[in-house]
Parts: sequence; C-alpha cells; structure tokens
Amino acid sequence: MSSTPWILDASDEPTSTGVPHGKLGIWVFLASEVMLFGSLISSYIVLRLGSTHFIVPPHEFLSVPVAALNTFVLIISSVTMVMALASIQQDDRKGMIMYLIATILCGLIFLGVKTWEYPHKWHEGITIQSGLFGSFYFTMTGLHGLHVIGGIAFNLYILIQGIRGKWSSTHCQRVEYAGIYWHFVDLVWVVLFPLLYLL
Amino acid sequence: METTASHSPAGVHDVHPDLPFVRKYVFSTDHKVIGIQYMITSMLFLLSGFTMMLLMRWQIAYPGTPIPFIGKFLPETMAPGGVMLPEFYNQLGAMHGTIMVFLGVVPLGVAAFGNYVLPLQIGAKDMAFPFLNMLSYWVFLIGGVLMLSSFAMPGGAAQSGWTSYVPLADLAPPGQTMWLIAMTFIITSSLFGAINFIVTTLNLRAKGMTWMRLPFFVWCQFVTAVLLVLAFPVLQGGALLQLMDRVAHANFFIPANLIFGGAPVERPGGGNPLLWQHLFWFLAHPEVYVLLLPEFGIVAEIIANGTRKPLFGYKELVISACGIGVLSFVVWAHHMFLSGMRTDVTKFFTITTMIISIPSVMVLTCFLLSLRGGSIHFNLPMLFALAFLPLFGIGGLTGLPLGFTPTDIYLHDTYYVIGHFHYVVVTGSLIALFGGLYFWFPKMFGRHMNQRLGKIHFWISVTAMNGIFFPMLIQGMSGVLRRQFDPTAQIHNHPTLILNKVMTISALILALGQIVFIVNFFYSLFKGKEAQSNPWNATTLDWAACPSPPPHGNFTQDIAVHRGPYEYSVPNHKTDWSPQHVPDQQLVKS
Amino acid sequence: MTPLTPDKIYGWGVPFAASSYAAKLDRQLNIFHAAMILIFVCWAVYMAYCLIRYRAKPGVPAEYGHLSVVTSLIPDGIILAFEMFMIFAIGLPSWAHVMENFPVEKEANVVHVIAQQFAWNIHYPGPDGVFGRTSIKLISSGNPIGLDDSDPAAKDDIVSINQFHVPVNKPTLVYLSSLDVIHSFNVPAFRTKQDATPGMQVRIWFEPIQLGTFEIACAQLCGLGHYRMRGDVIVHTQDEFDAWIKKKLAEKSES
Ligand code: HEA
Ligand code: HEA
Ligand code: CUA
Ligand SMILES: [Cu+2]
Repeated sequence: MSSTPWILDASDEPTSTGVPHGKLGIWVFLASEVMLFGSLISSYIVLRLGSTHFIVPPHEFLSVPVAALNTFVLIISSVTMVMALASIQQDDRKGMIMYLIATILCGLIFLGVKTWEYPHKWHEGITIQSGLFGSFYFTMTGLHGLHVIGGIAFNLYILIQGIRGKWSSTHCQRVEYAGIYWHFVDLVWVVLFPLLYLL
Repeated sequence: METTASHSPAGVHDVHPDLPFVRKYVFSTDHKVIGIQYMITSMLFLLSGFTMMLLMRWQIAYPGTPIPFIGKFLPETMAPGGVMLPEFYNQLGAMHGTIMVFLGVVPLGVAAFGNYVLPLQIGAKDMAFPFLNMLSYWVFLIGGVLMLSSFAMPGGAAQSGWTSYVPLADLAPPGQTMWLIAMTFIITSSLFGAINFIVTTLNLRAKGMTWMRLPFFVWCQFVTAVLLVLAFPVLQGGALLQLMDRVAHANFFIPANLIFGGAPVERPGGGNPLLWQHLFWFLAHPEVYVLLLPEFGIVAEIIANGTRKPLFGYKELVISACGIGVLSFVVWAHHMFLSGMRTDVTKFFTITTMIISIPSVMVLTCFLLSLRGGSIHFNLPMLFALAFLPLFGIGGLTGLPLGFTPTDIYLHDTYYVIGHFHYVVVTGSLIALFGGLYFWFPKMFGRHMNQRLGKIHFWISVTAMNGIFFPMLIQGMSGVLRRQFDPTAQIHNHPTLILNKVMTISALILALGQIVFIVNFFYSLFKGKEAQSNPWNATTLDWAACPSPPPHGNFTQDIAVHRGPYEYSVPNHKTDWSPQHVPDQQLVKS
Repeated sequence: MTPLTPDKIYGWGVPFAASSYAAKLDRQLNIFHAAMILIFVCWAVYMAYCLIRYRAKPGVPAEYGHLSVVTSLIPDGIILAFEMFMIFAIGLPSWAHVMENFPVEKEANVVHVIAQQFAWNIHYPGPDGVFGRTSIKLISSGNPIGLDDSDPAAKDDIVSINQFHVPVNKPTLVYLSSLDVIHSFNVPAFRTKQDATPGMQVRIWFEPIQLGTFEIACAQLCGLGHYRMRGDVIVHTQDEFDAWIKKKLAEKSES
C-alpha cells in the first residue's frame, strides 16, 4: 500500500489473468453502473409507453439546441481524453496535461450549461413535481450530473498527479481507468439525450 | 499469482506488525480482520433482529397483554403500558425482515466467511483491493447504524414491510426515508465487496489453481458476487425513485387521483405502483440466492471433509451454481402473480420458476450422493451440514406450490410463504452458517469451540426451529395471512390460534438455546482447546497450507496447487487427505 | 341447502370449498403436497440409510470413487418431468380458467369493489345495470366512493361497506380497484385473492356454490389497520338477493 490510501490501490504482483486488478475492477464497477442507469431508463420507457398521464412537453420547451451543444461538448471531451492517454503512452507529459485540462473544461462547460438549463426549465413550468416527464428528467439528468462531477474529480486527481510527474508510459493505468470511466459517463449522456429531448 | 521469494521481503506482511493497534484491529485492511469484524457485527444484527421478532411473537400469541419485562421500558409511542401498538408491530416487522436479510445473513455468509476464507482458499495474500475492503465494512456499519437508529425518527422506523410497497411507503412517516438512505449505504458496501471478490477470484489464484480446482465454496462466492453487482444497482435505482417521490414530490409511484388519509394527494401523478414491485423483486429474488449460495458452499466444504470422500459431481455442482445465478434473474415476478400483471407474463414466470428449482435439486442430489460410500464423522460442523439437507429440502419443496400460479392464488401472502422462506433462510442458511462458524472457528481464533455445548446448541436450535416454522405451514394452509398485528381480529384465523402459542414458546426456547451458543463462543475464544493448523485434516489451502490463525500475509511458504479441492481417501496415499498444495511424490505410499 | 356456520367453514385444513373453482385448486394443492411428501420421504429414507450404513468405522476407509453422474440426474429428471407435467397439463389451463375466462357480463352479477384504508366498499349498479359516475372530489364520510348523484345512472346504485351480498350459483364479476394504497381482496373460502392497486382496475370472478357468510380479508399490508380490514361475503339464494336489493333501494329513496 502506498502512503496515500486510494481506493484502487492494489499490490503490483502479477495476476492470474494478466489483466491488472484496477482494470478488472473498473469494468465490474461499470457493469453495476449499467444496471443502475438501465433500471432508470427501463422505468422511463415503461411509464412513457404505459402511463396515460405521461405528458411530454413540446420540443420548444426543452432547449434541444442547447442540449445538442452539450452532447457535442461531451463527445469532444471523450476525444481529448483519448488523446491524453495516447500522449502519456508516448511519454508526452505536457500533451497529457493539456488534453486533461481540455477534458475537465469540457466537463465544466457541460455542468455550466446544465445550471443554466435547470432554472430555464423551472421557468417553463417543468419541475420534478410537475409530472412524470419532469420527475424523470431531473432525476436522470441529476444522477448523470453527479457522475459527471465524479468524473471531473477523478480527472482532476489524474491531472494533479500528472503535474507532479507521477505518470509515465509504463505507469499510466490510472489514466486509462479515468478514461474508461469518463467514456462511460459520456455514453450515458448519449443515451439520455435522444431519450429525453428528441423522442 | 506467482509467489517468488523476491516478493516476500517487500510484501505487505513485513510492514504491518509495527502498525498501531487502531490500524491493525480497527481500521485494518487485512481481509481476516475485516472478515471477523463483519462476523461480529452481523451476529449482533442477527441478535437484534431476533429480539424484535420475540416482541412480535409475543404480540401474535398473546395479543393485548403487556410484554413481560421489556414492555415497561418501551416508550409511549411504541407500546403504551407495555401493550404493543399496530404501528410499532409494523415497524418491527419491516425492520426484522430488512435487518435479517441485509444486515444479518448476507453479511455473515458473504462478507464474513467470504472475506475470511476465500483468499485463503485460493492461496492469495489478501484481497485485490484491501483498502476498498475496509471501506466496505465501514460503509456497511454506517448503513446498519442508520437503519437501527430510524426507530428514533418521528413516527418511528420504516413500517411498510421489508418490501416497502408503494404508495404506502411513499406516503409513510420519515422513517421510510431513513430506510432508503440506509439501504443506499448497504448497497454501496456490498458493491465494494462484490467487486473485490470478483477481481480477487479472477486475479489472485495461486499457481496451478485452475477454475476446476477451486473449492466449491469459492465458486459459490463468485457467483454470489456477480449477482450482487448486477442486481443491487437496480434496487438502488428504485430506491432513488422512491426517495425522489418522498423528498422532492416526484410522481414515479403516485397514480393519478390518489386519496390518502381521506384527502386527495395534490400531485399530478401518473406513476405506477407495480413499477416499484418489479424493481424491488428484480433485486430481491437474486438476493434470496445470495442468502443461499454461500451456505451451499459452506455445506459442501463440511460434507466433503466429514465424509472423507470427494464431493459427488463437482462439475455438476459448479454448473448448477452458475445455472442458479443466471436463472435467478428471470423469475422475479413470481412474487407478483396476484398483483394484476398481464396473465401471459405470469405464465412465463411460473415456467421459469419451476425450471430454477432444478439446479437446487441437483445441488441437493449431489450432496446426498456424497454421503454414499463415505466414512461419515458426526462432528459438530457435520451435524449442522446434515441437518441442512432435509430442512432446506422442506423449504425448497414448499417453494414449488408457491411458484405454481393456481396454488399460489390461495397461498400467496399467507403464513405458508412465511414458513417456506423461514425454512430456507433459518433452517437452511442460518443452520449452515452455524456449521461454518463451528468449522472455521479453530482457523480464525486458533481454538476449538466446546463440543458438548455445541451439541446442546444444535439440538435445541433444530428442534425449536421446527417448532416455530412447521406450524406456520399448517396455519398457512388454513388461510392465516401474514403481517397480522392481531390474528384474533379475523374469524378464519380462530381454529389455529393455539399454534401461535406453540410458535412463540418455541421461539423463546430457541432464544435460550442461543445463550448456550453465545457463552460457548466467548468461552472458547479465550479458554477453548487449542487447535492445530489443520484440525479437521482438510485438503483445501485454508486448512492445509497455513497456520491457525494465519499470520498477516497468510502463507509462510510459496503455494503451488497440484490437484482438485476434495481429494480425500485417495488410494495409495499415506493419509486419507491429500492437500491441494503437496506434490504427489510426498503423498504416495512408498 | 342451509347456510354454513363459521365453525363448519374454517378448521385446521383449507376452509370449506365454497366456490365453483375452489375444489379444483384444492386438488392441485393435494397433488403437490402428496408429491412433496413422497419426494421428501424417499430422500430422507435414503439419507438415513447412508448415515447408518456409512458411519465412520475404525479401519474402514471411505470409497474414493462415485456412482456415475447420470445416476444423479435421474431424480432431477423425474422432478423436472413432474413439474412440467403440472404446469402444462394442469397449471396453465386452470390459471386461465380462474384469471382469464370471465363470465359474460349479462349473465353475471357485476359489482365494483373499491378498497380503502381500512374498508371494502361494494358498489352495485342496481336494476338498470349501469354504474353511476364517481369522482374523488365528492368523497365524504357519507359518500365513501364519491358517487355523483346528478348522474341518472347513479339513482338506483347501491353502496354498501364491508357487506358483500351475492346470489348463489351465479358468477359474480368484480371490478377491483383501490382509492389509496395497495390492498388485496381475499376470500379464503372461495380461494379468491387479487391485489387492488390504486390507479388500476382489474377483473376477478367467482361463483359461490354454498349459502352462508364468508370472510373477506385483506392480504396486502396496507397500514396500521391492515389486520382489522375485513368484511363478509353473504351468499343468498337469488330470491333473497333480489329482496335485499329492493330493500336497499327503498331505504335509499327514503333518505
Ligand atoms: C434462501 C432463500 C430462498 C430460497 C433458496 C428460495 C427458494 C425458492 N423459492 Fe422462495 N422465497 C424466499 C426465499 C427463498 N426462496 C423469500 C424470503 C420469500 C418471501 C419474500 C416476501 O414476500 O417477503 C420467498 C417467496 C417465494 C415465492 C412468492 C410467494 C408468494 O408471495 O406468493 C415463490 C413463488 O414462486 C417462491 C418460490 C421459490 C422456489 C420455487 C424456490 C426454489 O429455488 C427451491 C428449490 C429447492 C428444492 C425444490 C428443494 C430440493 C430438495 C429436495 C429434492 C429434497 C431434499 C430432501 C432431503 C435431503 C431429505 N418463493
Ligand atoms: C434471513 C432472514 C430471516 C431470518 C434469519 C429470520 C429469522 C426469524 N424469523 Fe423472520 N422474517 C424475514 C426474514 C428472516 N427471519 C422476513 C424477510 C420477513 C418478512 C417481513 C415482512 O413481512 O416484511 C420475516 C417475517 C417473520 C414473521 C412474520 C411476521 C408477520 O408476517 O407479521 C415471523 C413470525 O413469526 C418471523 C419469525 C422469525 C423467527 C422466530 C426467526 C428466528 O429463527 C430467528 C433466530 C435467530 C437466531 C437464531 C440468531 C441468533 C443470533 C446469534 C446466536 C448471534 C450471537 C451473537 C454473538 C455471538 C455476538 N419472521
Ligand atoms: Cu387493506 Cu391490508
Ligand atoms: Cu423469489
């Protein structure tokens, strides 16, 4: 164990499968995340198709262009995340730091847009109490927002350790894990966006 | 794991001996310490769940009479004058179910035995993520304490059953919110644990420990962990929706035009109460196999050891365990046959339910056939394992008419259901867990538990448990419904009322029997007969390859595995047990 | 046929089979329990045999080998075959009979049952056979289901609380719903049970074949009064039933 206890700390001994613990761990964790969002998404589908009281607000109220922008921002951030990993794998520390900052900025932009969007929706009369759509919209995007915050925190940790010079081409698994998680968070949004805004 | 000598000097275990007490025993990252912490904690929860049930059983058998001794100390809001209120009865019922399942049996089977035994059996020095493992315990403890403390909330603890059916739970007093928050902690904790188990089993097996050489216990824990990872998040999703309904006035489970407490609920509604039931049972059915699979593993270890004979049909057992795991995801709606689902859905689920009983039958068949041709030693763990077979059998068999839709119409929500699942979770899981405790106690603490006290505990427990749960089946057949604060209020309960007294007295006897156990536990902890490293002459690594109790880092030598887990009575071998890690040439008779 | 008294209806076993499908469902319970006891006894005997025959004896080692795996699959196969037979030959048809094949409305006694904490409201359409409009806005202590008296169809409607009068030997079709939380309509003597969920209306049916008073219980936890949420199904002859309706209508027009 290193001096700072960190959740994914593990021994560096060779493993039976050859895959590092952290990588397996993060995939198992994502499997459970898939089930979590899966349960919400399937609830949404069931009620949307099944409930007579599911009133979908007209598209004008939903600020689709803004959300499309947000989708775009997140996709960009995924690309920069890939670039960050690629950079450190070639021992390009500066590049990694630049790309990580870009990723984090994209995440912050996404959250910023959301903090604009929420009051806007309240203004239009769409609140968590106003009906089933509102209930789902705020619960699902809220939970996703929490995951974005978590992802930004993870990336920040990677960034700070990167500035301190901790990562190198042979020692960059955590950068990869942060990337896997970040891609997952993006992917969830890519599913939520059409579900909540377009359909 | 290739344990070459070069690892030992830098390995974890040399760092730790000079750790301060707090890091060594309280905030420890050693899987053995965490396992024991989990064990003690979950036994305390079992005890509290049992105490709640004794209060309830008193009310059921002697409705309206003050509870002896304890009644005086209960506040006015729960039991004025020592006589229980219906609200309080419902709180106790919901908390008994929740605590027993999520804070008692599952942590004991999965987190305590899994943590302690699994790394030892696969030849690992520790779990893959020791820190996460510690976190899992502390998050669990917070969840458990929150859950218990909810009795102090205004309006008391959760009171809508452990199933928390909506809209009743949506509109219940604040204790329900606490239930949801506590569940979130418990779910998080078991997620941490499950990730750890999966990665550890995949990655930290000793050299030569192939999948088909894993002890059956490890297989069971592995399947259990997969169930936890995939099923619990769904309840987490449901709990989030219910929490939003309660605190933010969302509409997920609130139908339109709802009336509550005589006044309309001022919400647009449109939600669907059945949705909660689907989300809940999607977790809770796999959960009942989480209650069972680790215990199957324990029984397998004990039977192989006690019969001195390889387990029958190892491959078949592994296939059955995996089959149970997969199928447990497609039977959840058998708890909802009468909820008003579409009838073609019920047909699907009645068929899958019948099919899932087959892997369990296969496991039981293998255990039974393992007895044949053995040399059966009736030691203490073996008594519990042998009692498990027929008694779990009663529980499993009574599951069949429940899974069969036409008969479930009559039996649903009667005491027959209560009898069914107490036979599987108490005389099944709990009995197996007791067996496991007696079995691994020498490994954990280096001392034996007292045999005579153990036998007294065994006979009292088994008799008293049947005295509690068999009458439930009879009452259920005569139509007595569950969750009845006062059974005398309905005419059709009257003929079998006398059985309530039988059950309550049996429960009191069971409680007395547990005192024997508790005394034995603490006595043996300090004064028990000292145990060798392998007192049961077992073959698996936890016994054969490390001292009792194992040191930090578990193994003092490098482990390489040469054979399957249950090589007992191998012809031409010197001893009737052939440990997994000893090469052939050292075992063969010269 | 004389009405049955409670001590004749309820006993240690299943209650008296007072509806047309009760005996059929009981028979399946019996088949299951016979099979379960048979399975259990066979296994228990075998287990006892093993425990005695193979108990540890000094100098007698355990056998290393086993029977072939196929042997173990035989009992598993028998149980599977039994279960599949039960489902396809008996289970699905009788489930369909109880839960899907509803009596024709014209030939049945059609009733709305509306559950609430902690009572059963029974709503009869009256002689015109049409249910009056209801609205939750009109609910009050005197009008538990919110019947709208301005609706002409509601004029001859009858509402009774916890007293469910039905004619014998004629199917009763129930539209079941709930005002507040989930309840479950359970008449043990009829082997009828169905959840009443708010926001949903489901149909169930039964045909009483015996005169008498049969208890309605609530089978789903619905709050602190769940245990005392009970009612009675009172089974009359058709004549008595018609007379009861007349009497109720007269009472209604008086007030
Ligand atoms: C450990 C937990 C556990 C286990 C293993 C099981 C196992 C099974 N359960 Fe059970 N069940 C519960 C825990 C469990 N259950 C709980 C907690 C509830 C209630 C929840 C609530 O409502 O609060 C419940 C409720 C429940 C219901 C809902 C009833 C209702 O509400 O109406 C149903 C219906 O299908 C059901 C079916 C089954 C079936 C078919 C099995 C099968 O898997 C069983 C298969 C096993 C066998 C068939 C036995 C084989 C044995 C032999 C062949 C004989 C051996 C004999 C000797 C050795 C002598 N269970
Ligand atoms: C794993 C689950 C589990 C376990 C073990 C038990 C154990 C017991 N249960 Fe429970 N029960 C449930 C799960 C469980 N129950 C559930 C889910 C419900 C439904 C709730 C609902 O309706 O919502 C229920 C409901 C329920 C009812 C129905 C209540 C009602 O419907 O109104 C009854 C009635 O008698 C009952 C009785 C008992 C009894 C007498 C025991 C006894 O067997 C208990 C025996 C306990 C022990 C033997 C443990 C002793 C502990 C130790 C020895 C530890 C020692 C400690 C140290 C050394 C530190 N239970
Ligand atoms: Cu109504 Cu229980
Ligand atoms: Cu189930």
